[in-house]
Amino acid sequence: MSDSADIKGPVVFTRHGVARGIRTALPLVIGTFPFGLVAGVISDQKGLSWLETLLMSALVFAGSSQLLALELWAEPAPILAAIIAAIVVNSRMAPMGAALAPWLDKLRGLPLWGSLAFMVDHAFALSAAEQRRGGRDAGYLLGIGVTLWCFWNISVSVGHVLGSAVRLPPGHPLYFAAIATFVAILVPLWRGVRRDFWPWLLAGVLAVLAWKAGLGPPWPLLIGAFAGAGLGAWLELRRE
Amino acid sequence: MTLRPDVLLAIIGMAVATYLCRAGGYALFRALRPPRYVEVVLQHLPGPIFMAYAMPALAAHGWKGWVAAVAVVAVQYFSRNLAAAILVGVGAMAGLGAFEAWFLAR
Repeated sequence: MSDSADIKGPVVFTRHGVARGIRTALPLVIGTFPFGLVAGVISDQKGLSWLETLLMSALVFAGSSQLLALELWAEPAPILAAIIAAIVVNSRMAPMGAALAPWLDKLRGLPLWGSLAFMVDHAFALSAAEQRRGGRDAGYLLGIGVTLWCFWNISVSVGHVLGSAVRLPPGHPLYFAAIATFVAILVPLWRGVRRDFWPWLLAGVLAVLAWKAGLGPPWPLLIGAFAGAGLGAWLELRRE
Repeated sequence: MTLRPDVLLAIIGMAVATYLCRAGGYALFRALRPPRYVEVVLQHLPGPIFMAYAMPALAAHGWKGWVAAVAVVAVQYFSRNLAAAILVGVGAMAGLGAFEAWFLAR
């Protein structure tokens, strides 16, 4: 049985769904705000103006790839290197959109391609959990994405303006908020030992091994994710 | 308030590449209708992708990371409250860090 079969009735896209997404997303800002401050501070140090910094945040809206591009920043701007950084770090998002197909298949035009423009890891994970609970309002995905986008721009701008005054020392506990967010999101994604134990274990172990072997992003993530999901699919199809 | 053309080009290039990542996977899926196995793999992706993200990050934090992660999962499981779970995680890291500093200074 595939998850798409769990969705009863028509998929809708309503203001109510967007509003629910917004309410769900607000606590996530605890995890994204410190990260945005860091991106703003580094952007200032690399010589980007406030306007350039805000444009990058608003148009790219993908923190890890922005940080990687800023690491490589030079004078004049390294256009090709920045684009490659974006592709390498953000390629993980390509399968996320496809995994939300049970909702997205029912949308067209701006709600579809606009929702995808604001999709980030958190929005994907919580939407996947909502979809599995039988949720049918695809506005939820956009509500989470837009909320995180607003606060991302605010945090990066504040980081740029305040500069090193808001710079947290490396190892500050607040940096753990981003990881804690994803650890917490795993809880609603869990569907029980029979379906998830071995796939999740394989994903975690392979990712740690790839990371220990010195592979950079996105390889530990992609290797772990696809090995785990592949095992999960194989176990599920074998049971049918 | 400057906006240099080379910086603007880099930003637009990054934005286009990132949007193609966001929308491209689904666009391909919609156009090609891949075999059922691919569809089932994608439906299994959410858990493994965040395990693969979180486990190396926790390993990088050592024992404190694992203890804090257990606290986060417990709070999320019993309270169903993301804000509480995240704050407990940060608090646990702060507390464990202080404990470690005290223990090493003894």
